[in-house]
Amino acid sequence: MISVKNITKVYSDNFYALSNISLDINRGEIFALLGPNGAGKTTLISCICGLIKQTKGLIKVSNFDTLKDYRKTRALIGLVPQEFPLDSYESVLNTVNFSRGLFGLKPDDRYIKNIIQSLKLWDKKNSSIITLSGGMKRRVLIAKALSHNPKILFLDEPTSGVDIQLRKEMWDMILQLKRNGVTVILTTHYIKEAETIADRIGIIDKGKLILVEQKENLINRFGKKSIIIEFGKKIYEIPNKIKDFDCFITNDNFCLVIKKLKNNKDINIKKMINIISELKIPVVDIKTEESSLEDIFLDIISERV
Amino acid sequence: MNFNSIKAIYKFEMARALRTIMQSILAPVLSTSLYFIVFGAAIGTKISTIDSVSYGAFIVPGLIMLSVMTTSVNFAAFGIYLPKYNGSIFEIMSAPISAYEIVIGYAGAAVSKSILISLLILLTSTIFVDFYIKHPLLMLFLLILISITFSLFGFIVGIWATNFEKLQLIPLLIITPLVFLGGSFYSVKMLPELWQFVTKFNPIFYVINGFRWSFFGTADIAIIISFSFIIIFLFICLILIGLIFKTGYRIKG
Ligand SMILES: Nc1ncnc2c1ncn2[C@@H]1O[C@H](COP(=O)(O)OP(=O)(O)OP(=O)(O)O)[C@@H](O)[C@H]1O
Ligand SMILES: [Mg+2]
Repeated sequence: MISVKNITKVYSDNFYALSNISLDINRGEIFALLGPNGAGKTTLISCICGLIKQTKGLIKVSNFDTLKDYRKTRALIGLVPQEFPLDSYESVLNTVNFSRGLFGLKPDDRYIKNIIQSLKLWDKKNSSIITLSGGMKRRVLIAKALSHNPKILFLDEPTSGVDIQLRKEMWDMILQLKRNGVTVILTTHYIKEAETIADRIGIIDKGKLILVEQKENLINRFGKKSIIIEFGKKIYEIPNKIKDFDCFITNDNFCLVIKKLKNNKDINIKKMINIISELKIPVVDIKTEESSLEDIFLDIISERV
Repeated sequence: MNFNSIKAIYKFEMARALRTIMQSILAPVLSTSLYFIVFGAAIGTKISTIDSVSYGAFIVPGLIMLSVMTTSVNFAAFGIYLPKYNGSIFEIMSAPISAYEIVIGYAGAAVSKSILISLLILLTSTIFVDFYIKHPLLMLFLLILISITFSLFGFIVGIWATNFEKLQLIPLLIITPLVFLGGSFYSVKMLPELWQFVTKFNPIFYVINGFRWSFFGTADIAIIISFSFIIIFLFICLILIGLIFKTGYRIKG
């Protein structure tokens, strides 16, 4: 659906915001773009949407060049920006209708009403933007982006500043869009969000795309499992048989934590229980913990520093 | 041509004009009346006629030009500056719309507003003075050409301006003085020789006199010269806009 080839963006002071990024986004998937502040997420999105011109490289949307065939590519795309660039004195309904017209479509009151209702803004339709809360403004931006029925939706931190309940509803809405065949690309600092709804994950840092993976593969490949054994009395030494593993004793000396990569079959609970029982120390509890996408993300980013 | 997009911008701008309807409509009517009272009553008693046109009638085209030029420049400049300022320009830039369609939308609205105001001033004037327009069709044609020219110029100012100060600078420090000094309220023949010469370098002088000719059939400058100047200005603005977009000048980024 989107093909990004060797994109580089250099800002005025010879600063490489994006260096040689290549990426393919498949039709109908939810793609999450993760990365620390200033990584280049917004810059990449801006290049695809035509807000800025890449210094080098080629971007195709539905096989059309975003520079040469910009009319065709932009008509397919809806963009929800990170900030709140809105006209304070416009009403909700007017600004959403304006977006539809701007994208070259005839007015369609029923369609627009549907969108505004599904974003729970209908009772605010005549309010001017300036009177809305941050979360409401975010939803106005989403309504504007959806007003021309786009096939691709970019969401630059869609749920920042949105309350928990609404965030869940928004996830449902995104999943519903996906079922309707819309391709969704989102950025977020809330990794749980990507973990919950994304099909694939891309991690970008300092303008470089570090990895792109199916979400499950990523969690399996980099995910860690910890086996935590709590003893009835203090222990001071890691048993010889597991000394080579990634393990440590907690500060209170009551717990032994053994960490392993999820796909490492050499370490398993059964084996650990056998080793521990040989120690003849009473065991109070055995727990396992799995790392979340957030832990994986932090590991990957911190490894690069 | 993407008419729906142009219409969206045009409608948005006209709605903006309507939101400030008091300022847009009342202000020109009020200031026109004031000009007639001040200039017409005070100066008019001293200057009875210019080229056998009563002073009151003489200043009507000048008043209209003053409004048209400032309105066109201000409204078009502010129109494109505002989305730049509040960031909503992102949407225009991500829309399937060409630079020229954007210009047509913004400048078109500024032209409409200017013409509306001109007609209002014309109507208000009839309360104060008796006059009739010798070449009404030419007058309308020139009015449209001049509005287009100055709206395009305003659009350029709005693109160029990076802050409010710059936005106000050109209309306030260039357009308004040039209009006042361009013979909107007097005939250049009334000036000393030196100032008559200096006035010839004021481009707006030609525009005002062309417009005045369409009213009375007489002016300080032959209509053909004035008309040529108006066309030249229009083309300069068109070329400038073309250059702005061609050289890859982006509104942002
Ligand atoms: N117009 C600009 N001129 C110069 N540098 C810029 C410009 N816009 C962005 N940058 C720089 O490019 C880098 C990437 O910015 P970008 O907005 O893409 O980051 P991001 O990944 O979206 O970050 P965040 O999570 O904070 O939104 C940053 O270092 C930023 O300072
Ligand atoms: Mg960003």
